[in-house]
Amino acid sequence: MNTEFIYQKDADNIVTVTMDMNGPVNAINDGFIAALKETLDRLEQEPDLAGVIITSAKKTFVAGGDLNELIAAQPGQEEGVFTRTQMIKSLFRRIEKLSAPSVAAINGAALGGGLELALSCNCRIAVNHRSVQLGLPEVGLGLLPGGGGIVRLTSLIGFQKAFPYLMDGKKINAEKALSEGFIHALAADQTALLATAKNWIINNAAGSEGASQPWDRKGFRIPGGNESSPGMSQQIAMASAALFKKTRGLLPAPEFILNTMVEVLRVDFDTALTIESRQFSQLVTRPEAKNMINAFFFQMNQVAGGKSRPKIAEKHTVKKLGVLGGGMMGQGIAMVAAQVGIEVVIKDVSIESAAKAKAYAENGFAKLVAKGRMTAEDASRALARIKLSVDVADLQGCDFIIEAVFENIELKHALVKEAETMLADGGVWASNTSTLPITRIAAASSKPENFIGMHFFSPVDRMPLLEIICGEQTSDETLAKAFDLAKQLRKMPIVVNDAPGFYTSRTISTPIQEAAQLIAEGVDAVRIENVGKSVGWPVGPLALQDEVSQKLSLDIIDAQIAMGLRKPEDDPTPQGTALMRCLLNEHGRGGRVHGGGYYEYSESGKAIWSKLKALYFKEAVDSAISDADIRDRLLFRPVIESLVCLQDGVLRSVADGNIGSIMGIGAPSWTGGYLQFVNTYGLERFAERCTTLAEAYGERFRAPAIVADKIAEGANFN
Amino acid sequence: MLAIILEAGVTTGAYIFDAIRTPRSKGKAGGSLHEVKPVALAAGLLRELQQRNDLDTSVVDDVILGCVTPVGEQGSCIAKAAVQYAGWDESVAGFQLDRFCASGLEAVNTAAQKIASGWEDLIVAGGVECMSRVKMGSNGGAMFSDPEFILGQKAVPQGIGADLIANLGGWSRRDVDQVAVTSQQRAARARDNAWFTSLVPVRDSSGAVILAQDDFIKPNSSLESLAALKPSFQAMGDMGMDELALSKYNRLEKIEHVHTPANSSGIVDGASAVLIGSAKIGSALGLKARARIVATAVTSSDPVTMLTGPGPAAHKCLKKAGLSVRDIDLWEINEAFASVMLRFMADMGIDDSITNVNGGAIAMGHPLGATGGMLIGIMLDELERRNLQRGLVALCVGGGMGIATIIERV
Repeated sequence: MNTEFIYQKDADNIVTVTMDMNGPVNAINDGFIAALKETLDRLEQEPDLAGVIITSAKKTFVAGGDLNELIAAQPGQEEGVFTRTQMIKSLFRRIEKLSAPSVAAINGAALGGGLELALSCNCRIAVNHRSVQLGLPEVGLGLLPGGGGIVRLTSLIGFQKAFPYLMDGKKINAEKALSEGFIHALAADQTALLATAKNWIINNAAGSEGASQPWDRKGFRIPGGNESSPGMSQQIAMASAALFKKTRGLLPAPEFILNTMVEVLRVDFDTALTIESRQFSQLVTRPEAKNMINAFFFQMNQVAGGKSRPKIAEKHTVKKLGVLGGGMMGQGIAMVAAQVGIEVVIKDVSIESAAKAKAYAENGFAKLVAKGRMTAEDASRALARIKLSVDVADLQGCDFIIEAVFENIELKHALVKEAETMLADGGVWASNTSTLPITRIAAASSKPENFIGMHFFSPVDRMPLLEIICGEQTSDETLAKAFDLAKQLRKMPIVVNDAPGFYTSRTISTPIQEAAQLIAEGVDAVRIENVGKSVGWPVGPLALQDEVSQKLSLDIIDAQIAMGLRKPEDDPTPQGTALMRCLLNEHGRGGRVHGGGYYEYSESGKAIWSKLKALYFKEAVDSAISDADIRDRLLFRPVIESLVCLQDGVLRSVADGNIGSIMGIGAPSWTGGYLQFVNTYGLERFAERCTTLAEAYGERFRAPAIVADKIAEGANFN
Repeated sequence: MLAIILEAGVTTGAYIFDAIRTPRSKGKAGGSLHEVKPVALAAGLLRELQQRNDLDTSVVDDVILGCVTPVGEQGSCIAKAAVQYAGWDESVAGFQLDRFCASGLEAVNTAAQKIASGWEDLIVAGGVECMSRVKMGSNGGAMFSDPEFILGQKAVPQGIGADLIANLGGWSRRDVDQVAVTSQQRAARARDNAWFTSLVPVRDSSGAVILAQDDFIKPNSSLESLAALKPSFQAMGDMGMDELALSKYNRLEKIEHVHTPANSSGIVDGASAVLIGSAKIGSALGLKARARIVATAVTSSDPVTMLTGPGPAAHKCLKKAGLSVRDIDLWEINEAFASVMLRFMADMGIDDSITNVNGGAIAMGHPLGATGGMLIGIMLDELERRNLQRGLVALCVGGGMGIATIIERV
């Protein structure tokens, strides 16, 4: 007899099954399956069963499947996965086929397998509390809901309504779940939940319509119609095209989900369940699924969980934060800090500039209120935490100061000298910079051990990543405090060592430089951009350069040369750099904000600058290079740069590299991050491809030594 | 190989004794032929063939009709239904086929091959499509509504392919509109001069005429009036179909959508029937051969642009016939979209002085499964009127296929 599912039968012959697995959550693992099977055997033997209530003793209802098990499934094991999936499904099917009515009493989050279990009950009642979330987020991990989720949700609410929940993994609260038809009723709290469930069973006795699933009733039709319903085939075709527009065919999970949804519209319920299992078994062994589980679950947890945070210091909470500079970065930092309850002083040279920063926060909060993601009271309290100042004395007692003025080392030095003394004892000074070396900025500090770099991404209130940069003298305690502040600001902090461009800035620029080099060689710019998009970047490399602005990129290069951080002769793509200088200096093409770059912009949209072709295009060069070579030149550059960062110790962990590349610089999610890309490609194959590219296109494609080292070790980048 | 095929053709020979078609009319409610059911439209032509040729129908081996939307009242082998409905001898078989827009010509080619093989003697081939009654696409298909197929094959709607063909060929909106204006003017001239001698009126069962002439033609179309129309496939393209197509054509920055309802083939109702047989049956029945079917070809090309098959099919057909482009006096290319005609002429190295000389489907409409059979009749009428010898008929076909047939007056 298992003790993990508590089985209680009351005087009304209603059985309450309370899931209480060993461990913090109810996860669908072997123990869960055994307990469910045993429970069903017993329920099916109950002579006078009036109904069954399934609920949880944990804070969540059911947490879903075991990802360790899923990530281990390898190509060739599809049949085993299929059989196991079918077995789990058959248990869920037995719940909804019980002679007596079943109710899922949802006391907490029911995501993934949890919602799939609930959908297998005749009735679903949820506590109306913000901790209750329902959804099928599998797609975000490169998976599909294989426990009947696609089939049941599509059958329950129809193709169109189920679409965002299955294809985008959209999660909803209990109230929304009621209005969307996921659940039947709300309950105020845990006590009311069980009472409502019992009451429902009494009103829906065995044999009544309510005691069966809609799809098991005679004459069942899917809401919104099946495949032959008017307009449905066009809807399917357009959904396919829209999906391609979004994923460029690089993500199998939403494609498999769409395929399965359409099959639900074509075949009977049980056959659809079988098809869903087959699709699941074929998806789970794909590299994209493994990469996404690895990045978005395991490595994300590793990074967020503080693996890169020194274990020495107590968790530190910032109470008063100074923000120097109310520009784009400063105002975003002030906003997120005030939102999480930190007192903020924004200091700028004029009160008007500081006020502009506060207005940004006010506007941002108003938008959150309008979206229902913040209450009006919280918004006004948060806004009240932001103080404006033109006087360094107002920074007195700050336990953390973030300097976010523009990228000028003399200015940054001056501010350190002027305001550092205002910090409270043990206070930390952080410079927000994307390019200037932290150690050099820290030279102006009297306490360089308390000095650190924090590279925020713009817009700060929407970008989740934060790159923390340790200078040569930064102490572990300072790093721990910066890490804690990042968590306080609800950011995902990766930790890197000081080097020009740190990790993210130097890596994001590589495909852009390579694209410039390709144009300079004579390759068609349109083709470069289209091949770039086919890699899965949100925009092509030329559009990205235009957004960054050619002028800014060149200014950074020149500043780094002036500071002795790089030598012009070491430029891996000198023709590309020369092309950018020529476009800027001779043709005035400095980027989108400067009136146009690689593209020209008009009200009707953007188009590649018409003169680019006349200036650089060479038919012979263009026809000699394959799409595969263009693609690999663009994609291998950031991958190789990431490997160099790992090799040189700029990156302290593989997880930081993968998460930083996905969340900060647009590494396509199918790769699982730029370092994980090498694992999927195969280290030896990668090294060979690098050699081929290096011989054809230059030494910048030579695989860093760390690849050979890993091959020798027989290891991957983990 | 070639010699054997040619010799076999010469030995048996497939001859066209007659070729007729209905007029074409708007394929929507309000169209002149909307009141006529598909079985009646097809059977009307069979009755006409019988009467014109004083045919003992028991001699006919088979009736092959193309139909692209064989569902509803066009479903379940409409060819056999039409044979019975027309009151033909009960020994006559019927066969419906679907090769998308090639169906009517495929019926002719299949009939020719059956005759040439010597295994059958007399066949009616053609097609029927009442687009006003059975909606285009209502028979579904993996190509159009299966996500795995669409994403895996980059299966975009053919209008997107047509626009892509125009972009790749460098043809502007004005170029494709010019094709349309010419088609309208030529079709109107041919109709008004009664050059379409293969045309027979559609009658009700009392013999009263329902429609005697093509009434879809818009002779007053001009470049100015056409320029005002919005592109048909822009919205679909914007929703992701363009990106899907461009992922294969990465040298294009975007797709310029140039096709509108006015420079694309019209949706119409219509039917066609061609009487094909051996020389032996012709002399036995006293039927005069008007032309010989010299060669046929079918092929396939890139399914994304979808409509570039006619050129390769025509070249294949010429090769089979041992002929060259210069040996062809007149050309008919189905005007599914204006860019299809432009692409075909470019592929063959010909111009519009000998191509679609009496207009085409842009002016008169494209009753999908029937068109191929209609083009045989139209070609034959014009070869006779001009006293020329040889013509090639080609159509673009869904999935990238192309079809061609060469006929020669005897």
